[in-house]
Amino acid sequence: MSLNLEDVSRIALLSRIELSAAERETTRDQLNDILGFIEQLQAVDTAGIEPMAHAVDVVQRLRPDVVTETDRRADFQAVAPETEAGLYLVPRVVE
Amino acid sequence: MSELINSSLRELSAALAAKTVSAVELATLFLDRIERLNPALNAFIALDRDQTLVQAQAADAARRVGAGAPAISPLCGIPLAHKDIFCTRGWRTSCGSKMLENFVAPYDAHVVEKLAGAGMVMLGKLNMDEFAMGSSNESSYFGPVKNPWDLACVPGGSSGGSAAAIAARLAPAATGTDTGGSIRQPAALCGLTGLKPTYGAVSRYGMIAFASSLDQAGPMAKSAEDCALLLNAMAGFDARDSTSLERPAEDYARGLEQPLAGLKIGLPQEFFGAGMDDDVRAAVEAALAEYRKLGAVTVEVQLPNSGLSVPAYYVIAPAEASSNLSRFDGVRYGYRAPDYADLAEMYSRSRAQGFGAEVKRRILIGTYVLSHGYYDAYYLQAQKIRRLIAADFKAAFEQCDVIMGPTSPSVAFAFGAKSADPVQMYLSDIYTISTNLAGLPGMSLPCGFGRNNMPVGLQIIGNLFDEAKMLNVAHKYQQVTDWHTRMPKLAEVAK
Repeated sequence: MSLNLEDVSRIALLSRIELSAAERETTRDQLNDILGFIEQLQAVDTAGIEPMAHAVDVVQRLRPDVVTETDRRADFQAVAPETEAGLYLVPRVVE
Repeated sequence: MSELINSSLRELSAALAAKTVSAVELATLFLDRIERLNPALNAFIALDRDQTLVQAQAADAARRVGAGAPAISPLCGIPLAHKDIFCTRGWRTSCGSKMLENFVAPYDAHVVEKLAGAGMVMLGKLNMDEFAMGSSNESSYFGPVKNPWDLACVPGGSSGGSAAAIAARLAPAATGTDTGGSIRQPAALCGLTGLKPTYGAVSRYGMIAFASSLDQAGPMAKSAEDCALLLNAMAGFDARDSTSLERPAEDYARGLEQPLAGLKIGLPQEFFGAGMDDDVRAAVEAALAEYRKLGAVTVEVQLPNSGLSVPAYYVIAPAEASSNLSRFDGVRYGYRAPDYADLAEMYSRSRAQGFGAEVKRRILIGTYVLSHGYYDAYYLQAQKIRRLIAADFKAAFEQCDVIMGPTSPSVAFAFGAKSADPVQMYLSDIYTISTNLAGLPGMSLPCGFGRNNMPVGLQIIGNLFDEAKMLNVAHKYQQVTDWHTRMPKLAEVAK
């Protein structure tokens, strides 16, 4: 299947990436090229094959539920675009 | 002093131990070379002479106090540089992106911690494809890195800054990361030795995530022996990485001198078909002949699903990238657009302006293949094919000890040659991607020169946890060849 401009707009919205009208057109063509290339996967018979996420069969480790980190809020917020009184500032969401 | 630019890490270590050179002198030697040569290469994107020299002074002090004590790492006082994907406390960590142009990491990556703990001295941070997405270093926000063998050619990617820095002898060693070939392909294109360990062997903590089920850090240097020493310091369990493997520590240099008589080298017919350039084929065949002289035998093996590795990768890697890169929203760190009407626009503009074209393309593809109605058809199907690819390797390793083939289908190509066509660029990693999908260790070592006197890389793929064996196989070859000691003219004249 191939994507149209409306599909591209929907994907861009889901991705939270603004695209101009011109960018939408080149993006459509490039995404269709890439999707055309990965389309060959559909022809492979994978009935009964388990999906693989990790090369080594390991179980998820658990750790005791105790505090291990020290408070470094000031360090972490020093790299934020905008903070005030220990809070991250963003445009008003609720009027 | 200047002869030290081509010394092995063991030789540098011996010189430091014998006090014929100090860590400060070594750091100064390389910093001066960087100052002279980097403007032409663009390999380093962050330098801080004062911080480097403070680390070097500390290494000298540690060697004075601990002379002869077993606690001193052989690497203490040796300079290295980090790919800018690793968080380094107090240094800018940009990941090659405008998004993180002003990001000074508040903590160190595990790998950075471990190498600093060994007393290695950081020379600076190395340029890379933006968020490690690229095979040519043309996607860096800070401009492309040039290949020291030919400034009109790409150094490979994404660890292109690491490769160019070592090739030009601006650093004796560097870190790299490899999601689909990003250590091995630039190592091949710049004439170096680089190793991607088994997935989970080196902690991903503090390494900016691209595709988490594939990303793995590894060493880049001139020789296999150098890589073994570096891997000794880099590998090991880390509870902060949920996929880090709990295994007893091992000495990756322990088997370097093992003779290769009887070694079975598997040659996948899929790696020797059409698609490989003739000059690459000739150099790889010559290397195989050398291995037969060393007593190894070659057997043909099959990796029937390897042709599916690139398309499977371009589902899995973008899918994971789209999820990982959702954290860059202009709120807690990174770039924020100057103008926006509301929160939604702040997100979408910050991301539109902060990310480059290739990164956006991959986020969009990844978002699509994970979206409602397509997840099973793309992501799940790709993960199933991933298992088929891993099963091929498992069967192949029943017939051989290591697998060999080319690292890259061609020598370094010219800037712009593939940048207009994403799919062509993706195919640069056709021989390296399957190892990442299978989680296996892979390495590249120089095995000669091809067209225009550009380096060719031989790839060695090992079974899970067989790094020591691969390093042994590479080391024995490097004892009877001198490709790994060759350096570009640019590095020689600048002595």
